[in-house]
Amino acid sequence: MKKVFINGCGVISAQKTFDNKAFLEEVITYNDRVMPVVNPVYKDFISGGAARRMALGVKMGVVASNIAMQDAQLDSVDAIITGTGMGCLIDSEKFLSKLIDNNEEFLTPTSFIQSTHNTVGGQIALGIQCKGYNFTYVHSGASFESALLDAQLQLSSGEEENILVGGVDENAPHTVKIHQLIGFVKEENTDTSSLLESNTSGAIFGEGAGFFALSTTQQESSYAQVIAIETLNTISKKNLEKRIISFLEESGSNVSEIDAVILGNNGDVDFDGYYNLLSEGVFADTQQVYYKHLCGEYNTASSFGFWLGAKVLKTQSIPDVVKLNQKQTKTLKTILLYNQYRGENHSFTLLKQC
Amino acid sequence: MNKGVAITGMGIISAIGNNVEENYNSLISGNKGISRISKIDTVHKNAIMVGEIAFTDKELEEQLGIPPDNNYSRTALLGLVAAKEAIKNANILDITAHKTGLISATSVGGMDRTEKYYYDYLESDAHRKYIEGHHAGDSTQKIAEELGIKESLVTTISTACSSAANAIMYGARLIKSGKLDRVVVGGADCLSKFTINGFKTLMILSDTYNTPFDENRKGLNLGEAAAFLVLESDALVAKENKKVLAYVKGYGNANDAYHQTASSENGDGATLAMEKALKVANLKPEAIDYINAHGTATGNNDLSEGRAIIRVFKDAVPDFSSTKPYTGHTLAAAGGIEAVYSILALQNNVVFPNLNFTTPMKEFAIRPQVQIKEKELNTVLSNSLGFGGNCSTVIFSK
Repeated sequence: MKKVFINGCGVISAQKTFDNKAFLEEVITYNDRVMPVVNPVYKDFISGGAARRMALGVKMGVVASNIAMQDAQLDSVDAIITGTGMGCLIDSEKFLSKLIDNNEEFLTPTSFIQSTHNTVGGQIALGIQCKGYNFTYVHSGASFESALLDAQLQLSSGEEENILVGGVDENAPHTVKIHQLIGFVKEENTDTSSLLESNTSGAIFGEGAGFFALSTTQQESSYAQVIAIETLNTISKKNLEKRIISFLEESGSNVSEIDAVILGNNGDVDFDGYYNLLSEGVFADTQQVYYKHLCGEYNTASSFGFWLGAKVLKTQSIPDVVKLNQKQTKTLKTILLYNQYRGENHSFTLLKQC
Repeated sequence: MNKGVAITGMGIISAIGNNVEENYNSLISGNKGISRISKIDTVHKNAIMVGEIAFTDKELEEQLGIPPDNNYSRTALLGLVAAKEAIKNANILDITAHKTGLISATSVGGMDRTEKYYYDYLESDAHRKYIEGHHAGDSTQKIAEELGIKESLVTTISTACSSAANAIMYGARLIKSGKLDRVVVGGADCLSKFTINGFKTLMILSDTYNTPFDENRKGLNLGEAAAFLVLESDALVAKENKKVLAYVKGYGNANDAYHQTASSENGDGATLAMEKALKVANLKPEAIDYINAHGTATGNNDLSEGRAIIRVFKDAVPDFSSTKPYTGHTLAAAGGIEAVYSILALQNNVVFPNLNFTTPMKEFAIRPQVQIKEKELNTVLSNSLGFGGNCSTVIFSK
């Protein structure tokens, strides 16, 4: 079994994370129900024409993957594996609303073509002329982890050497509006600096892209090692702790080895209970970290958490803004990530210092 | 020696039958499932033909015993019918007895409900229950729940028209790596106005019966379907003395990296996918007895795929046919239903005919098999090619 390293990151989010030299030294707070992304200058990476044609999700995905490859000093990869919970919503809405408004007349193919779930993966391949394996996982809150697990299997078995893996989701107006109507988005504007004290239902919706160059070769730019990933479609609160312990055991680790746990709390009183169970239980004495007050909730928000874990291990530091409690951590060697969305699609990811 | 990953069950619902047996009977008797559309009120109804499943949503719900206040999309209903048949066929009595996962595939997801209630959602709360069912993973979560798959690996793949082939590929990988003992793999897609109009704008919908690999082909017929296979580890097959229907012997996925929707002129992606699959299967091209081609009957696909087949098989192209004249192009489900057809071909030693073919293409000399043909089959190769340059090949063997 070969080791799997994170050699490059490219993250576009509601913070200025696309700059790999920075690490949350400056943080933007929002008082809203939806968070937009801080856009890089897309034209620095892709042609102005392409930047105008592409919807935000495609643009973010292509540029984030570009940044990750630069970070890992790669010109090409063997495979591209993408996760997206909702797919290309902007073009889907554009095509569908025109279809309905004009009673199926006067439609043009552009937005249909770009509405397909695998548009981002296809466009990245087209851009770097990668003819290798190209998969897109579309499984709600476990989309990014599904992609990650696939990549890890192929790298550790030695089938491939370098894989670009990422998560991307974009907001679109109609989708946000109808998710407000069913309470998935918070009813009131909420201050992100006190997100977990909101005591209200729903989440602040976000969007973003997080792409990573994973490799079987360690190099100077390496951030961390990916040890194991597990996704579970359901889990009862009763079994959560037990499953985490067995996941750690199967991965050759244990609870006492975990130097920090990165949790996906999004301030939704109806579902944060899963995280609280761990932060008040098995990881009560562990350094706890959260991040959705920085990036918002979206199906692939956990790619932001993955970036955070990689960055913490590389820099051996945890920014105060993501600390959920204050514990003394001498060295940071092992990090566990746990995420779920609305009580479904739970994922555990284990990272280690290189 | 690589004998592949065992297939122990299969299930299907398509325009030519509501289960495996009905599909087989239609295949050997040449019964097409292509007709005018009846369940979707579209302005294009007289300009297109489709492969529609006869049951209404309500009939499907009743058959499945799902309460009327459900929020299933038609994709989820069709998927559940096929997945249940596959589990039954594999004789699985206790799904929790072994580490069992589900990998499904869809491109339409809950779009059928979204397009119906798009503005209605804003006006009234009558149909808001469907909002949660829009995303592509929803049908998979529902199928897992109904099958009793809990606390397990469940995911969804969406790579347009190659999706279900990729679900089979990933499932086989998970069994080989020991991550799972057993996995249900396949896909489901229902017809929707969204896809009908999308393909209409691309001008690749035929106004009559689709004619794959024919010089005068006019485009595809969309279809709806669902199909699932059950894959099991060798250890589990041995332990439970399971009957093996066939093996997933090889698989390959590659990207054409040419255009978002069109295939490259020489079928680079499809060639790579077939070559990779042969390599994984450790087989030479001459070992393939039959190719179930993607063969959508669009000008672009059949030319590109045909050229790719010639590149891989040179002057010894095996019998090949597209079964899309029977079912229409069922998008994300296509790789699943054609996997079932490939297994049926192996089990019955029969090559299914490429219906509606009359005039050979002028670009090359290869011709599809147009009559039903009985011969000993040991290995069948199935292609699925999609938007985003996605090309997949799965090889099935006895």
